[in-house]
Amino acid sequence: MTDAAELRRRTAELLAAHPPATTDRLDFLRARFDAGLAWVHYPEGLGGLGAPRSLQAVVDAELEAAGAPDNEPRRIGIGLGMAAPTILKYGTEEQKQRYLRPLWTGEEVWCQLFSEPGAGSDLAALGTRAVREGDDWVVNGQKVWTSSAHIARWAILIARTDPDVPKHAGITYFLCDMTDPGVDVRPLRQITGEAEFNEVFLTDVRIPDSRRLGEIGDGWKVAQTTLNNERVAIGGMRLPREGGMIGPVVKTWRERPELRTHDLHQRLLKLWVESEVSRLTAERLRQQLVAGQPGPEGAGMKLAFARLNQEISGLEVELRGEEGLLYDDWTMRRPELVDFTGRDAGYRYLRSKGNSIEGGTSEVLLNIVAERVLGLPAEPRTDKDVAWKDLSR
Amino acid sequence: MTDLLYSEEEEALRAAVRDLLSDHCDAPGVIARTESGTPHDLAAWKALADGMGLAGLLVPEDRGGQGATHREAAVVLEELGRAVAPVPYLTSAVVATEALLACDAEGGLLAELASGRRIGALTVALNVAPGGAYKVVRHENGALHGELTAIADAAVADVLLVPADDGGLYAVDADAVTVAPQASLDLTRPVATVTLDGAPGRLLGDAEPAVRRALRAGAGLLASEQLGLAEWTLTETVRYLKERKQFNRPVGGFQAIKHRLAQLWLEVVNLRAAARNAADALSTGEDVGVAVAVAQAYAAPVAVHAAEEALQLHAGIGMTWEHPVHLYLKRAKADSIAYGTAGAHREALAETIDLPAP
Repeated sequence: MTDAAELRRRTAELLAAHPPATTDRLDFLRARFDAGLAWVHYPEGLGGLGAPRSLQAVVDAELEAAGAPDNEPRRIGIGLGMAAPTILKYGTEEQKQRYLRPLWTGEEVWCQLFSEPGAGSDLAALGTRAVREGDDWVVNGQKVWTSSAHIARWAILIARTDPDVPKHAGITYFLCDMTDPGVDVRPLRQITGEAEFNEVFLTDVRIPDSRRLGEIGDGWKVAQTTLNNERVAIGGMRLPREGGMIGPVVKTWRERPELRTHDLHQRLLKLWVESEVSRLTAERLRQQLVAGQPGPEGAGMKLAFARLNQEISGLEVELRGEEGLLYDDWTMRRPELVDFTGRDAGYRYLRSKGNSIEGGTSEVLLNIVAERVLGLPAEPRTDKDVAWKDLSR
Repeated sequence: MTDLLYSEEEEALRAAVRDLLSDHCDAPGVIARTESGTPHDLAAWKALADGMGLAGLLVPEDRGGQGATHREAAVVLEELGRAVAPVPYLTSAVVATEALLACDAEGGLLAELASGRRIGALTVALNVAPGGAYKVVRHENGALHGELTAIADAAVADVLLVPADDGGLYAVDADAVTVAPQASLDLTRPVATVTLDGAPGRLLGDAEPAVRRALRAGAGLLASEQLGLAEWTLTETVRYLKERKQFNRPVGGFQAIKHRLAQLWLEVVNLRAAARNAADALSTGEDVGVAVAVAQAYAAPVAVHAAEEALQLHAGIGMTWEHPVHLYLKRAKADSIAYGTAGAHREALAETIDLPAP
């Protein structure tokens, strides 16, 4: 039985054998992985100890106090949050051994090749084809909205392997090497001026069958694991009061009395209350997870944050008055990290518009809440029994 | 760290209260009672207070109570809100009790309220926010004179806690005053006018700290009642819309409707966190000012929205007297004024969290 005391003991052992002050960053991360303290709920030998997920906080707190390096979780968020749990659940033993360690240490960055120009919210409509040729699959198509593609070594990819069956049934899940010939990553310049996302063109990319994840035609089921984990990751944040998007605007309010108006005051107080309540809901969700009774609240957290981020940053642009007419920097950059709060009010306003689109639109998430949490009937489906090739596009 | 979950004991308490209310406070019974001369359900009150000892949750054991906390009282209020139960729990077991807890000279009154044998009412109008101005009566030659309006549950109170112009809080027997019911928006928590015409009163202590403490607890725990109310309207509306068919489909299957219900669910989830936070803060005494103001600034709009959506989505039947949704809307709207509006709580918050007005 691995309990909190045992984890503290193991953490102390790791720190004694690899003092953070004198150990190379990557060496420390590898040692941490090998000690089973990377993600304690993973199996032994794969960075974990098969311990309850809630005990990770114990390890993280000890390591943070000791000044140990982290694996830049935000930089490798797609790998950690989406690729890893999917590989863990559906991967072969060889795949798990090959991919999980460099994924966790951040040596290999992952991206996600799911969305396409014609398949966003209706993800299962995707048209990127994978055709079997001997031991390889030959992939052709175009993906879009791929963050981190320009720094990624690997990608999780779903492609159509059978166009003659209904759309959900003909998809297969692959692990794609982003350095392979035929993978072309092009920056996609956005509303903010920068290119945080990419388009990825796949032309005759050969993927060996050993890099298939799950059974042929089972890709939709495998992708569900990926997508469910994407949304779980959003509920795990722990913010202090006035953390998140409300922070910069209350700071401005306090420091700049000349900007205050009665109308903005009313709206700011309302948003302050809503931010605080959202923070409490996230905290309650966290306490439920720790107590081993996860609730469905996570499904709503992303919706709430998206709306709040947009309203607060919109208010902030107005609050700044003349300065609100300005923008910090339109340079076309390709950042490695998504940074919602680090830049100026105008950037925050424009970037937050994506919060209700990325990772599932708010409209789709409302459907999910209505159907899975409230148990309301699904919309009638006209595409269910039609072969993908016969669907209108 | 604030504990935002429910303990096993709290869940057991919830189950017991819900059970009792399903026997006593079914919707047709509550509706019929509103049209009688006695809108309050004193049998249900007796079962809750006498039978289960719930009126004394906030009173220490050595003063005749159960020695529980605001967290347990909040769970009781969730269930009372869910049933729009016409019992004076919030007014007597929370508000009047908290006022007495602030007084040294309350005598045995606290124990009497805790036992549920007597019902108390603080004679401050229901709309007054914690820290807000309230009306007092004239204290002259040992007797009290004046008229006070919008006093919730005064109609069933045995003892009134009356603030007077000398700064004192007085206990006055209901027999010594005239209580005249006012036609109330909320049929299940009616308000009344209390007229004191030379009524004798016993000095309990200073009114100011007692009233402030009472209203703050009232405002904080009202959020739990609003949570229960909102939850009932959402659950009931979802249930109805899964059954009700139009255009050969369940109405709840239309996306325009689903999104509204999902949105409401989100608000209820948030309200639960805010209400639990307020109850926990009241029980520990930490961060109470912010926790109560946040809960009240958030709760009222959500409860009203939930009841209004329930009415609209029930359509025609929602407008009828026989369907209970009107009881919930009336309670929700009155609750949005009770112990301070959302705006009053935001205003109080502005000072506390250093976001000053221009």
